[in-house]
Amino acid sequence: MNNKYETVIGLEVHSQLLTNSKMFCGCGSDYQKAEPNSRVCPVCMGMPGVLPVVNRKAVELIIKTGLAIGCSINGETKFDRKNYSYPDLMKGYQISQFDLPVAINGNLNISLNGNEKTIGVTRVHLEEDVARLIHKNEPNGTSHSLIDINRAGVPLMEIVSEPDMRSPEEANEYLIQLHSIVRSIKASTANMEEGSFRCDANISMRLKGTTELGTKVEIKNVNSFRSVFRALQFEQNRQINLLEIGEQIIQETRGWSDESEKTVSQRIKEFAADYRYFPEPDLPPIIISKQWVDQIKSTITELPAEKIQRFIKSFQLSEYDSSLLISNDIIATFFEDTVNECKNLGLNYESSAKTCANLLNVDLSRILNEKQLQISDLNTDYGDFSILIKMISEDTLNSTMAKTVFENMLLLGKSPIEIADNLGLTQISDTDSLEQIISEILSQNSPAVQDYLEGKETAIRFLIGQVMKETKGKANPKIATEIIISQIKKS
Amino acid sequence: MSNNDDLTSDAIRHLASLTRISMSDDEVEKMRDEMSNILDNIAVLNEIDTDSVEPTGHSVDLKSVLRDDVSGDSLSTEDVLMNAPNSDEDLIKIKPVFE
Repeated sequence: MNNKYETVIGLEVHSQLLTNSKMFCGCGSDYQKAEPNSRVCPVCMGMPGVLPVVNRKAVELIIKTGLAIGCSINGETKFDRKNYSYPDLMKGYQISQFDLPVAINGNLNISLNGNEKTIGVTRVHLEEDVARLIHKNEPNGTSHSLIDINRAGVPLMEIVSEPDMRSPEEANEYLIQLHSIVRSIKASTANMEEGSFRCDANISMRLKGTTELGTKVEIKNVNSFRSVFRALQFEQNRQINLLEIGEQIIQETRGWSDESEKTVSQRIKEFAADYRYFPEPDLPPIIISKQWVDQIKSTITELPAEKIQRFIKSFQLSEYDSSLLISNDIIATFFEDTVNECKNLGLNYESSAKTCANLLNVDLSRILNEKQLQISDLNTDYGDFSILIKMISEDTLNSTMAKTVFENMLLLGKSPIEIADNLGLTQISDTDSLEQIISEILSQNSPAVQDYLEGKETAIRFLIGQVMKETKGKANPKIATEIIISQIKKS
Repeated sequence: MSNNDDLTSDAIRHLASLTRISMSDDEVEKMRDEMSNILDNIAVLNEIDTDSVEPTGHSVDLKSVLRDDVSGDSLSTEDVLMNAPNSDEDLIKIKPVFE
């Protein structure tokens, strides 16, 4: 990157709130799994004469989010109409918040290559989602759009950052942190592919050392972390190249194309941001008492950053392992339960934690990928899992066997002992039977024994191979090696 | 003719485009006259001294009307589609958004 310039990025994240019903009416907000236009009533259709009523849970979830990212909560909040005409908007206006959002002045700490940085959060406000539009081109060249109103009125929060990020990497880190917080406090499912967590990015360039903001470009509705990152990288280079040949940056909205890996100007007519906001006459203001805020605050238990630090400290895990484990609540809880159970079984706390983390972070994600499964599809309990860890730590299973048993446990829901028995997977650590097998192998392979005696250390590997062949891979390699060496030395 | 000279024909055209209404020049002029009259009438309110009054969006002193997060019945899809000009299976069919 040309280091004459400094990149300035601000992000606007829209995240659907995890409620049963919509923002202003009793229609179910479970539109993802509903038939089109089956979660619709006169309120979310914008019929004349209807009266919206605010969903208390949505207000609580946005207060919770605000608190989790260090915001001040306004003692009084109100709704405003944002007026624009577009077919995804049933009423011709979106109920949003203008001058009195629920939460303001927050911050979020990110860490990049060991450097800590605080990103300001300007505001978090409440609004309603819009209907879903589907664009269709017919083979005969005509086209039309289709509307599914189900999503209209689903509670949405908008989290607006300050233009504090200086690189696509920082923006990516901010997004990951925010996503993880919103999920951990259960404010939103924050599923990017399903559109319950969406990001618009503002990016501009300026000469290093200057403070005035350059002309910004807004990149809209990018639906994965990777795409946000790639879009910002692309846009950063595009803008620098334009500035370098003396061209002006045009203030515009651009879309990201995953196929061409480019941002493209969106040639929809701009509304010139003339939204004519005015206070929503149908909704009285909401008073947010300190008592209410305190009560919500008490439900926030442990935030992701704190949890990572606790995992590093109490389980002696790396930051990488810890952050992977905590990225999914089910896995994190399962991990903690297992390690505590291992402790009850008399196993070493830290080494059980390490074994457990490896199986969950490496093998579990591989199995989920290969079998196209979700965590919730799997059946196993931490009791069984701690027995597996015990079998590994007692060398009853080697690492290859452990992976096989683990996979079968997850898929079949049986105990590790039963699976190991059924598959004949138990490591032979019993020295007596190994002594006998090895003694026979040594007598049949005297050239290799001779090689070893002459200093060829590699001969041991051949002999171990023979032992494994004889025991169908079940011999404990560590014990077998010790026995081979001691028998050769004795001979 | 109205006394309100602030409201220009261009302002009417701008509002019409924001609300996606197409208007002929005659209609623009007619609307300008009518809206100017309305604004003149409302301008009477400007005579009241509101310096010491807090701005409000509401005429009644109602606060914090909230409902519990309970989902209930919605309309049948048939009813939802009843007023739609056109539909395609369960979806409302409209002119293309991207031309």
